[in-house]
Amino acid sequence: MMIPIQDFLLLGALRFGLGVIGVILRRNVLIVLMSIELMLNAANLTLVAFGRARHDPHAHAFAFLVMAVAAAEAAVGLAIVVGIFRNRRSVNLDELTLMKH
Amino acid sequence: MTAAFPLHLIPLLPLAGAAFALLVGKRAGKDAVTLVCLGVVAAAALMAFYAVYLLHGQLPPGGSLTDAFFDAPWMKAGDLEVHPGLMLDRLSAVMVMVVTGIGFLIHLYSTAYMEHDEGYTRFFGYLNLFMAAMLILVLGDSLLVTFVGWEGVGLCSYLLIGFWFDKDANAYAGRKAFVVNRIGDFAFLLAMFLTFSITSTLKYSDMGGVVEALHAPLWFGLPGAYFVGILILIGCTGKSAQIPLYIWLPDAMAGPTPVSALIHAATMVTAGVYMVARMHVVFEVAPATLAAVAGIGAATALFAATIAIAQRDLKKVLAYSTISQLGFMFVAVGSHLHGTSNYEAGIFHLVTHAFFKAGLFLGAGSVLHALANEGDITRMGGLKKYLPHTRWTFLIYCLAISGIFPFAGFWSKDAILAGAHAALWPTSPNPGGAEIWFAAHTGQILYWTLLAAAACTAFYMFRLYFLVFEGEYRGTEEKKHHLHESPPAMTVVLWLLALGSIGIGLLGIPDEFGSRLDRFGDFLSPVLQAQARVETRSDFLIGAAIALSVSSAAILLAWVLYGNGFSPRVKRFVAAVPRLYKTVLNKYYIDEIYDVLVVRPVRWTAIIFWRAVDSVLIDGTINLVALIVGGIGKLVRYLQNGDVQRYLVGILVGAAIIFWGATNWTARQGAKFIVTQHGHEVIVTAAPEDDLAFRRLRFRVEWEGGTYTPEQTATIFTHHYDKAGKHKITVEAFDPRWGTHATVSQKLVIK
Repeated sequence: MMIPIQDFLLLGALRFGLGVIGVILRRNVLIVLMSIELMLNAANLTLVAFGRARHDPHAHAFAFLVMAVAAAEAAVGLAIVVGIFRNRRSVNLDELTLMKH
Repeated sequence: MTAAFPLHLIPLLPLAGAAFALLVGKRAGKDAVTLVCLGVVAAAALMAFYAVYLLHGQLPPGGSLTDAFFDAPWMKAGDLEVHPGLMLDRLSAVMVMVVTGIGFLIHLYSTAYMEHDEGYTRFFGYLNLFMAAMLILVLGDSLLVTFVGWEGVGLCSYLLIGFWFDKDANAYAGRKAFVVNRIGDFAFLLAMFLTFSITSTLKYSDMGGVVEALHAPLWFGLPGAYFVGILILIGCTGKSAQIPLYIWLPDAMAGPTPVSALIHAATMVTAGVYMVARMHVVFEVAPATLAAVAGIGAATALFAATIAIAQRDLKKVLAYSTISQLGFMFVAVGSHLHGTSNYEAGIFHLVTHAFFKAGLFLGAGSVLHALANEGDITRMGGLKKYLPHTRWTFLIYCLAISGIFPFAGFWSKDAILAGAHAALWPTSPNPGGAEIWFAAHTGQILYWTLLAAAACTAFYMFRLYFLVFEGEYRGTEEKKHHLHESPPAMTVVLWLLALGSIGIGLLGIPDEFGSRLDRFGDFLSPVLQAQARVETRSDFLIGAAIALSVSSAAILLAWVLYGNGFSPRVKRFVAAVPRLYKTVLNKYYIDEIYDVLVVRPVRWTAIIFWRAVDSVLIDGTINLVALIVGGIGKLVRYLQNGDVQRYLVGILVGAAIIFWGATNWTARQGAKFIVTQHGHEVIVTAAPEDDLAFRRLRFRVEWEGGTYTPEQTATIFTHHYDKAGKHKITVEAFDPRWGTHATVSQKLVIK
């Protein structure tokens, strides 16, 4: 039985929304990074779903590219988090307000 | 005939010296500065004398040496194309020799005089800079090049008057000199413009060929030469300290004494005389301007001489004396007779005056050196015991300036007096009674005025000499203890100048005593034609006798009144005419008059502009703009809270708004419609603009409450109204892609 595309898209939208809520509401940098991963995955799911529905392999290739970028982003992001922790002894986003006026 | 010669080296050498002293002088040390600055002036002097030797020996009498720096024009605007260049003819030869010769002596003197001054290197830097500017002034081959030097010497004069600028009074004196000179410079500039517009050239060597153009009437039916001449004359009154622009020179004494000797006595202030002689072609076309030159000179000569009589400051007396002597030179160059003027005597007096006036100032410097800068002659006296060299040389200078035979001043002043006596200016074609009288008597008036000025000169010079060197010392004991003769570098210079003051006059013995004797006049005559006066030996002897007896009488009077300090008669005389004495002592209140008439109105205008325009209008506008920008910034910076997560909310909200707007746009635009009416028949065209995006829309029209045309993709609807009256048409557009819709309404009246 074919699972209709709407189900995939709905799931992607839900995951994206969860990711956004996580990024906005959580204060721990690590959780925020994980939420960003969630959003990227939602985008991937949507891409793959459209790719399957339209029989277009380009979308799959694009999903792989997003994965590679996500991996790089995670590496860089975690490195930044480690650096911040060493300097500030904290990974609480509320305390990282150097950009304040 | 002209020949090329690297004349540019003459001013460039001192310029290089100035650059050295001012840029690296402090680090190089005093000895290096002395060596370089004196060396370049000596080199320039040698080059100048060599050039004059070539000019005199190798070229025919009217020839000149020239030096064009480069072939390309210096500046180009319209018809104006200036090729800068230097030129040495016999007139500039005289000037160059005076400037480099006296200049070198004063440099030498300064090494001792300024030895303990903190600004030693700066002083020599400025002095060299002055030499460069002055040499450009006299060597320039056109008005424009001369103007460069003209402005340059003004700048150096300003810098050196305010040399000790830590005292306000000195800085103000420098500023006064600069501003007053600017007035004259402005006239000079206008003269230059006018000369070019009349003659299309600025070169001196072309002036002889443009006499026709100078004769052509310009304004009020007068030849252009009149206006050029008057403007140049105003420029010269500024630089040469003549009425009405002389007021800066007495204040210029605030500078170090060698500066007063070099700039404010021997060289720079004579530039005006030089310019009149240089532009003689213009002046000869307009003899009335020569009369103005002579009139101003005579008035200044007597006026300044009377002021000098009552002054108590050593250098002030000499300053007014300089103004007065420059007046003599102006009379000489203005003494017109049959198409030429007594230039030769004016330039001759310029040379002799350079020697004895530089000497007088340097002697005064030697006195000030001994008295620790005490300049009040009422507290001097009896210095001949302590300063023998200064005293003897000073006496020679005094005799020279008083015109005693056979010192230099005798010959030059006598030539001026004879020229003034013979002077005659042409009258207008139909002269009136007053004009005839003036034409006949102006020479006489000038002569007697100058004679009176000469009497005053002899009187105040010997008053000065007696009060300083004769009688008993009237100063403090402490200063008496320190009295000493100046070092050799100074006394040697004093003696050299004294030799000049004795001997230089012998170059100008009039031709009446032998045709080869007037070497000075013979040297200049190819460039400046001598005044065409007929003079016999007895004429000369009578003139000399009158001048000598007047001067001797004045000296005798000075000896009676001041020979042994102030005699009681002086006090009685002063007490008898207190108002006259006070007026003369205060220099006829000219400074105060200028203050009321010129300085204060200008200052008040400036204050009004400052307070009203600058502070309120300009500053107010700028501050208002700054205030607005600052206020906006203050408000907006609260958005910069530094919390990344709040920024993200902002991004999301913004994205949602853009998405909403974008998805509704097509429907909203498509719902707009046009109504066409034919009586009760109405046609509605929805989405009248043809856009691909509108083709997917579907429309529904509500004609009046409850009457619809149902949804369709076509855009044209028709309806027939049964009743007249007001109706409201509403078009609703649906966009199936985004599931959005929009409505637009319009009122319609059916008659």
